[in-house]
Amino acid sequence: MQIESKEEFRPKIVAFCCNWCSYAGADLAGSSRLAYPADIKIIRVPCSCRVNPLFILRAFEKGADGVIMCGCHPGDCHYTTGNFYARRRMTLLFSMLDYLGVENGRTRVEWVSAAEGAKFSATMNEFAEKIQSLGRNVRLEDIRCRKE
Amino acid sequence: MQERMTGMVRQETESKLIARAKELLADQTVARVLGWKSGDMDYNPEPGYFNSAQELESQFVYNGFCGANLSKYMIEASKMEGRTLVFLKPCDTYSFNQLIKEHRVDREKAYIIGVGCKGKLSAEKIRQQGITGIETVSGAGMDDGCDELKITTIYGEEASCSYASAMLERCHVCKGKEHVIFDEEIGESRDTVDAERFAEVERIEAMTPEERFAFFQKELSKCIRCNACRNVCPACNCRKCVFDQDKFDTSQKANANSFEEKMFHIIRAFHVAGRCTDCGECSRVCPQGIPLHLFNRKFIKDINEFYGEFQAGADCETRGPLTDYTFGDVEPGIVAERSQSCSK
Repeated sequence: MQIESKEEFRPKIVAFCCNWCSYAGADLAGSSRLAYPADIKIIRVPCSCRVNPLFILRAFEKGADGVIMCGCHPGDCHYTTGNFYARRRMTLLFSMLDYLGVENGRTRVEWVSAAEGAKFSATMNEFAEKIQSLGRNVRLEDIRCRKE
Repeated sequence: MQERMTGMVRQETESKLIARAKELLADQTVARVLGWKSGDMDYNPEPGYFNSAQELESQFVYNGFCGANLSKYMIEASKMEGRTLVFLKPCDTYSFNQLIKEHRVDREKAYIIGVGCKGKLSAEKIRQQGITGIETVSGAGMDDGCDELKITTIYGEEASCSYASAMLERCHVCKGKEHVIFDEEIGESRDTVDAERFAEVERIEAMTPEERFAFFQKELSKCIRCNACRNVCPACNCRKCVFDQDKFDTSQKANANSFEEKMFHIIRAFHVAGRCTDCGECSRVCPQGIPLHLFNRKFIKDINEFYGEFQAGADCETRGPLTDYTFGDVEPGIVAERSQSCSK
């Protein structure tokens, strides 16, 4: 007898969170018992500026369906200006991905401070829902990482 | 030593360049000359160093096919003993300025002769018009009218095409014929602009995401990862390149899948974003004919739109758009908003 497996699509989402604001925000969301989907895998970075555009492509290459980057609010960067540079970089990168025909909902930047546990949880829920509706990332993927 | 092909005859501008180079070599202002050497065919001169008057006399060429941007060679030449005389076309001087800004070339080590430009040609564009087996090309000299090219083929046929129809894409959207940096100028230029710089990018932007994806899939799947675009690019000048790291999946090798070819080109274009002068060398050298400038130009268009008009290499002081910021910059969310407003 074979058990029929009901394969439900679970998105893989990578969240780059800066150490000083967003990661602490995620912490606060946790300690406040605010739920966010387990599909979100957080990668802690020292600053949002640490996120090289290659990281984002690399995440997609390794099978992520969505990538979100969180950092301190503009003006509140722990290193004063890091997120300003990150903002320009990401704008250009997202625009390029859009230009290549990749769904623009798969990438997002959100500024989350250490006090915004509720915002973190709300953002992540919303983003996970969005990716769920977009489905599997087939336009940017690495076939080696997918078992068919 | 290679024999000069008979299709082209030494012309006045070319002779002037040679004479001036000889003078500068003779009075030891410069130790060597960086210019274009005649190739095995009329249409493929290549960059080369000249150390003596004889070499200049026998091998130096400057004509419509000298599209190569010599500014990147100055990185190496800056490390050599003595000054180097370098010939730069108007668009090449932007690249040179950008290299000065990035401290990659030494201004003191370069003696720049700004040469005139009447638009540069591509043998590929001639072939696309159905003229194959090109043996000689005449009419591409600097002192010719530059209106018509006369071609003889190995089949013994004679053909002709207009100069403009054989011009590189970048010359149709030329940045201007002013040298932004030079020690002296020789030769006349001619305005070659007859197309809108961002027209092609706008045409792609107007497509649906599915069409865009199909378009780039088709173009990029031609990529053989020869790295010619990286090697020729004056802005791609890191001492160590991410694409040479053998411990990393992006190392130089054939693309294993459809993602890698995209990843390579996105990263290549991103690394030069804000520093690319739009010299168009990447598209010129691509053996597969991929319109690589479309990536760079998209970044330039976005930068102009979001952060104000910017021309890399126009001077050596201004901060590049990606090493600068303002408090009120647009949020990355604009990308999604913009495409939503387009689809409505």
